[in-house]
Amino acid sequence: MATQVIMPKLSPTMEEGQLSRWLKKEGDKVSMGEPLAEIDTDKATMEMQALANGVLRKIIINEGESAPLGQIIAIIGEPDEDISAMLGSAAAPAQPATKAPEKEPEQTQVDATQPAAPTGGQAASSPPIQRAAVATVESVSTPGNGAQAGKQGERLIVSPLAARMAAESGVDLRSLSGSGPGGRIVKRDIEAAMQAQQSTATAAATGAVVKFPVRQAGITEASPYRDEPASEMRRIIAKRLVTSLGPIPHFFLTTEIEMDRVAEMRRNIKELDPELKISVNDIIIKVAAAALIAHPQVNASFQDKNVRYYERADVGVAVAIEEGLITPVVRSADQKSLSEIAQEVRDLAERARKRKLKPEEYTGASFSISNLGMFGIDEFTAVINPPEGAILAVGAMSAKPVVRENEIVVRQMMRVTMSCDHRVIDGATGAKFLQTFKRILENPLYLVV
Amino acid sequence: MAVITMREALNQALREEMLRDESVFLMGEEVAEYQGAYKITKGLLQELGPKRVIDTPITELGFAGLGVGAAMVGLRPIVEFMTFNFSILATDQIINSAAKMRYMSGGQFKIPIVFRGPSGSAYQVSSQHSQAIESWFGFFPGLKVVMPSTPADAKGLLKSAIRDDDPVIFMEQERMYGNKGEVPEDADFTIPLGVADVKREGTDVTIVARSLMVPIALKAAETLEQQGISCEVVDPRTIRPLDIDTIVNSVKKTNRVVVAEESHPFCGVGAEISTEIMERAFDYLDAPVKRVCGADVPMPYAKNLEDMAIPGVDQLIAAVREVSYLD
Repeated sequence: MATQVIMPKLSPTMEEGQLSRWLKKEGDKVSMGEPLAEIDTDKATMEMQALANGVLRKIIINEGESAPLGQIIAIIGEPDEDISAMLGSAAAPAQPATKAPEKEPEQTQVDATQPAAPTGGQAASSPPIQRAAVATVESVSTPGNGAQAGKQGERLIVSPLAARMAAESGVDLRSLSGSGPGGRIVKRDIEAAMQAQQSTATAAATGAVVKFPVRQAGITEASPYRDEPASEMRRIIAKRLVTSLGPIPHFFLTTEIEMDRVAEMRRNIKELDPELKISVNDIIIKVAAAALIAHPQVNASFQDKNVRYYERADVGVAVAIEEGLITPVVRSADQKSLSEIAQEVRDLAERARKRKLKPEEYTGASFSISNLGMFGIDEFTAVINPPEGAILAVGAMSAKPVVRENEIVVRQMMRVTMSCDHRVIDGATGAKFLQTFKRILENPLYLVV
Repeated sequence: MAVITMREALNQALREEMLRDESVFLMGEEVAEYQGAYKITKGLLQELGPKRVIDTPITELGFAGLGVGAAMVGLRPIVEFMTFNFSILATDQIINSAAKMRYMSGGQFKIPIVFRGPSGSAYQVSSQHSQAIESWFGFFPGLKVVMPSTPADAKGLLKSAIRDDDPVIFMEQERMYGNKGEVPEDADFTIPLGVADVKREGTDVTIVARSLMVPIALKAAETLEQQGISCEVVDPRTIRPLDIDTIVNSVKKTNRVVVAEESHPFCGVGAEISTEIMERAFDYLDAPVKRVCGADVPMPYAKNLEDMAIPGVDQLIAAVREVSYLD
């Protein structure tokens, strides 16, 4: 019995995977649990295992090509089996409308991180977990993927209201992913898109003010440009951030912090052990974690009908990588020593750049820190990474004249700006958190007393 | 305003209308000497005499026909069915005579008759005595169908039904006779037929509920409010003529709707309401119309099964959350 190999869900936010490398050629024997291919998801490159025994009969998606979740990418079967019927069905576009998606989050990553269960590759005898990635011919209905509505050439599923709102507001339905069942585009998706459009328009309008009326003889047409397909990661970043600034009511709190004692502490640590490399950012993570534990209202997340308060301070650290950014998480940062944090952050950042992070290593933080100090940015505002309640944007540390006891003195100053989700954090709550954060950072001895 | 039961409110309506108009009379099984199987007609024989309050034999088709004839010659009969389950025997007179006589006589005869009695499920009276058959009567042009959900509505609507010149099917819910509520004492208090009532205002989801489902919908709405979902509960009160405008206006506001009913889903009133919403408010819907109905089986006798066959608060909450895309 031939088995379809379909694009599996390998990360919580994955909608589409790019075939990075086939580890088997057509005609190769494969057995269940054997690595079959490497898939580039929006976050990382993951290994995909075969979930059936047989021969890799046909590769449908070649290296470098992408396929949405659930699409057939290869066929495994007996060497002499007739697979023409299956090839025919593979040629038909994936039909998101055929079946509402089962709730799948628990099924993520299974292929990549766990050996396949020793059952046959047939859907009838497989646990549901395997059916997410394998469908036999009898049950060809490709699991419709919730967020596939927006792809060209596929049927769009839109609620009547959403369709009308889109027509009236000029939102392009094909640019959206539906959040309703089966990927249905519903009212809230249009509202989010309209909000995003509005903020773009505002930005464009502000931009126009600073434009200089430069006369350039001979050039009358618009500037030439090139379109490059947005990478999977870029698209996920775009989508995730629109779900942040759009629906989440942000507000911002800025404070300036004297960092001389932190600098001194780093010097002291270095004298203690020259091998120990502790960065200012590591100290910031540790101090933020301590402040989060002192202010549980900030270590919280808005969950639609609940406010979720976290017991540990799991701090996300934004890491810029070639194609975008990712936020690996330092778990229980409040419990860890500075050297532990330093080592962990280095390891996470390195693996993030190689795109080798596991999904659980970059999801589920309770608070995040984004540091652009190394780029000489004085201060900036960061966009909250939902469902977290806040993010701290850290600017560069630099020597500045400040007034102390009526004297102008030079101090190492650093500006931080916290973006808060106003649904969970109020101005005073956020301010008190920052006050604690600042107090500890200005007197890092608080960390030990 | 006095707080009284639906039973007392109905009794007041009958009494007031019979005192107001001599041509109104009441007949049915056990309505006179026994004071009514459910005591709706309590005291009426004593006050108005045996010419106006008449016990009939157990002959539903016979006395329904008698009522139609009386209406044709100018009286205003109120025919009580001990329950609407027994009206099934009288449907030939109701449907073929009462509903059509005005039309077939070219308007020469009007039929100002009210057929009334308890309807829907009671407590463990099994399949033949637990039916909500409003869709049967709602189906036929020529009949008006009324289903009150509060004592005040029951009184105001029954008075209007008695004053109406067309045949009215007035269906009371047996489980609701003891429900209490404020009822105006004014003898001229009436509620027009064909006007829906917004029992609770809300912004996120419309629940269309009638009769027994109204208190259940209100309870569900209370719980949902705590979950951050604001429900509007619309009670059509009259199944025919149906005040679809009020329902549609609410749906246009909320974009989502759950239709709740005690009766079976297939060919039910909920199916009709759902279709009308689709026809009139398609472009306003953000989710498919969701129905919550009684089970599509004869009513079981067993208590646990009976409970499962009648929609409850939990089912309504689940339906509202579903159309809100929350689960």
